[in-house]
Amino acid sequence: MSDTAKTTASPQRAGAMSLTLGPWIVAALLLLVLPFIFDNNSSITIMNQMWITVIFALAYNMLLGQGGMLSFGHAVYMGMGGFLCMHVMNYVEDFGIALPLPVLPLFGGLFGMGFAMLIGAISTSGAGTRFAMISLGVGELVAACSVIIVAFFGGEEGISGDRTYGLPFFGIEFLKQIEVYYLISFWLMLSAALMYLFSRTPVGRMANAVRDNPERAQFLGYSSRWVRFYSFMASGFFCGIAGGLFAINYEILTEENLNTSSSGIILLVTFLGGVGFFFGPIIGAIAFTLLQTVLSLKTELWAFYAGALFLATVMYFPGGLAGLIMMHVPAFKFRNAGKLVMPYVKTLIPGLITVLGIAALVEMIFHYRHASVGDDEMTIFWTTFDSHSVVPWVIVTVITAIASYITKTTAPDLKEAWGDANTPPTTGGDA
Amino acid sequence: MSAALELSGLTKSFGKAEIIRGVDLSIGKGERHAIIGPNGAGKSTLFNLITGRFAQTAGTISLHGRNLAGLEPYQINRMGLSRSFQITNIFPAMTVFENVRCSLLWSMGYKYSFWNLVSRSKALTEGAEQILEQINLTARRNLPAGVLSYAEQRALEIGITIAGGADVIMLDEPTAGMSHSETDYIVELIRKVTENKTLIMVEHDMGVVFGLADYISVLVYGEIIATGRPEEVRGNAKVQEAYLGEALEDEH
Ligand SMILES: Nc1ncnc2c1ncn2[C@@H]1O[C@H](COP(=O)(O)OP(=O)(O)OP(=O)(O)O)[C@@H](O)[C@H]1O
Ligand SMILES: [Mg+2]
Repeated sequence: MSDTAKTTASPQRAGAMSLTLGPWIVAALLLLVLPFIFDNNSSITIMNQMWITVIFALAYNMLLGQGGMLSFGHAVYMGMGGFLCMHVMNYVEDFGIALPLPVLPLFGGLFGMGFAMLIGAISTSGAGTRFAMISLGVGELVAACSVIIVAFFGGEEGISGDRTYGLPFFGIEFLKQIEVYYLISFWLMLSAALMYLFSRTPVGRMANAVRDNPERAQFLGYSSRWVRFYSFMASGFFCGIAGGLFAINYEILTEENLNTSSSGIILLVTFLGGVGFFFGPIIGAIAFTLLQTVLSLKTELWAFYAGALFLATVMYFPGGLAGLIMMHVPAFKFRNAGKLVMPYVKTLIPGLITVLGIAALVEMIFHYRHASVGDDEMTIFWTTFDSHSVVPWVIVTVITAIASYITKTTAPDLKEAWGDANTPPTTGGDA
Repeated sequence: MSAALELSGLTKSFGKAEIIRGVDLSIGKGERHAIIGPNGAGKSTLFNLITGRFAQTAGTISLHGRNLAGLEPYQINRMGLSRSFQITNIFPAMTVFENVRCSLLWSMGYKYSFWNLVSRSKALTEGAEQILEQINLTARRNLPAGVLSYAEQRALEIGITIAGGADVIMLDEPTAGMSHSETDYIVELIRKVTENKTLIMVEHDMGVVFGLADYISVLVYGEIIATGRPEEVRGNAKVQEAYLGEALEDEH
């Protein structure tokens, strides 16, 4: 018997899929303590945005990763949920109804689901180009409606409200960011757990089967169309929840929450994180939100870097960041991970310098071209210099070139170490 | 014996080409029926018509006396008919175990449930494991099905087909591309799992056909030129001329 057969027959059974609680408890604890570590208001604002994006990305991946459906208009379902919640918020305030704020996202979820059922009834007959095109068309249509159906979408200004309406919820008025943070975190845990469990139900399993081979699924008693429809519905529900949380967090929704550019971003986020693993979109949402918020404070060109990162992911790591992480599992299993440390250091540090060098050149070009006349001074990496003199250009170019050369020459060693680390140990049998 | 499957006046044209040209056939309950014939005779097309993959041009198909006209493959499958494919048709990115478990879901009554967890069902796990044992793929259970060898994928194809416990099983060239020992093993497996069931099988290996079938039909150019017990068909002059003489010679 070969080694592969032995290792795959190891007692750890992927098929039985024991529902381990470990990661969930860690996640819950992290959500609890993070605001104590990053306790300034702007960090909490960033985390609020992050967790909402996580829910949205996970919901999106119910389609893309698990169901094999590529949607170009998914912002619509989140936006719809958000707009509805905004209206409910205003309605409750006007009429003084005792609706606790933490329940509000549920309305968004139900509305998102309802809208998904409406669209899904047409679009889920296939997963290919037709599905993608319908999603795009619906996305454009709804975004256009925002200036037509002003009563619901509020025209160009959008609609806004006040989350501190009505009665306090157990004494909490949701005036403070931190209170909203815990509300969002609660919904994040709940939604993520439910989405995870959904993927373990019969219909969730069949979503994978239909993604892989819709025709064969039909010969096992399942209508591919209905399986897709249910995934679509569930995805719409959780998108709506994310929308409701958005409404609570920002207290305003506009056309921007519906348009295709928002839909594009969630595709990017999900793909960046990795569609093949449940936790992929979580990583994607965190990475992207950090890029978007932290990097955008440092440079106007953050979208350029995000785009470059996305391209690099598509071209070199189609499994996304999650795939990149999971690639290392065999090396750890074989207890070979140590063999990778030095080669990684030797290649990745010059690699990082190369990337930063290129980024510096991009920034310098941008500054050279766009800074106002006479403003020749620029600062990158804590260094201030004159972007119109030759010296800095030469220095950066030389550093980048050397770093890139070192990366290139050390790469084969890394490759070899990689192959070595992924070879099962020959002595002693099972790792 | 009442008929499990009844075809009458069945025809199918692709554009101008008439591929199935008036097939009448009655297959009794519990019968093992082989359909043989030269390449391109329309055997797979006949399977595709019966299982709802294609719509017939004319004629009727009935399963347990129920007309199948206009039914989708999944509806026909729910009536207790399951098929395998000549060209392996599995779920390549899912694990072998997952492939088999998915093929058990509907027949175990889970339908589109989103309130059951598959891992919590002992019946599902044990059922799938039992099938894996039967098709000798237990050691491969956690590999993506797409990385299996050809013969292993063929075994999985059969596993998926029989898993749901359908009472009419249709196998399109189950042993194609298998070695002698694999073929022997699969034939035994087919015999075992189709006990008291109706089996309809397309097969080129005459050893398998004559070893397994109670009845044989010979399909040539979209028409059934003979149907009967193996020894009758073997002796039939028309069959000898059109197909068998050649096929039997190939055997030796
Ligand atoms: N979808 C289709 N469209 C057009 N022609 C088709 C289609 N499917 C099958 N045919 C034609 O029908 C004829 C019969 O094909 P079929 O696959 O049923 O033969 P077969 O008896 O299964 O042959 P083999 O022994 O090679 O599997 C062939 O000439 C084929 O080209
Ligand atoms: Mg064929």
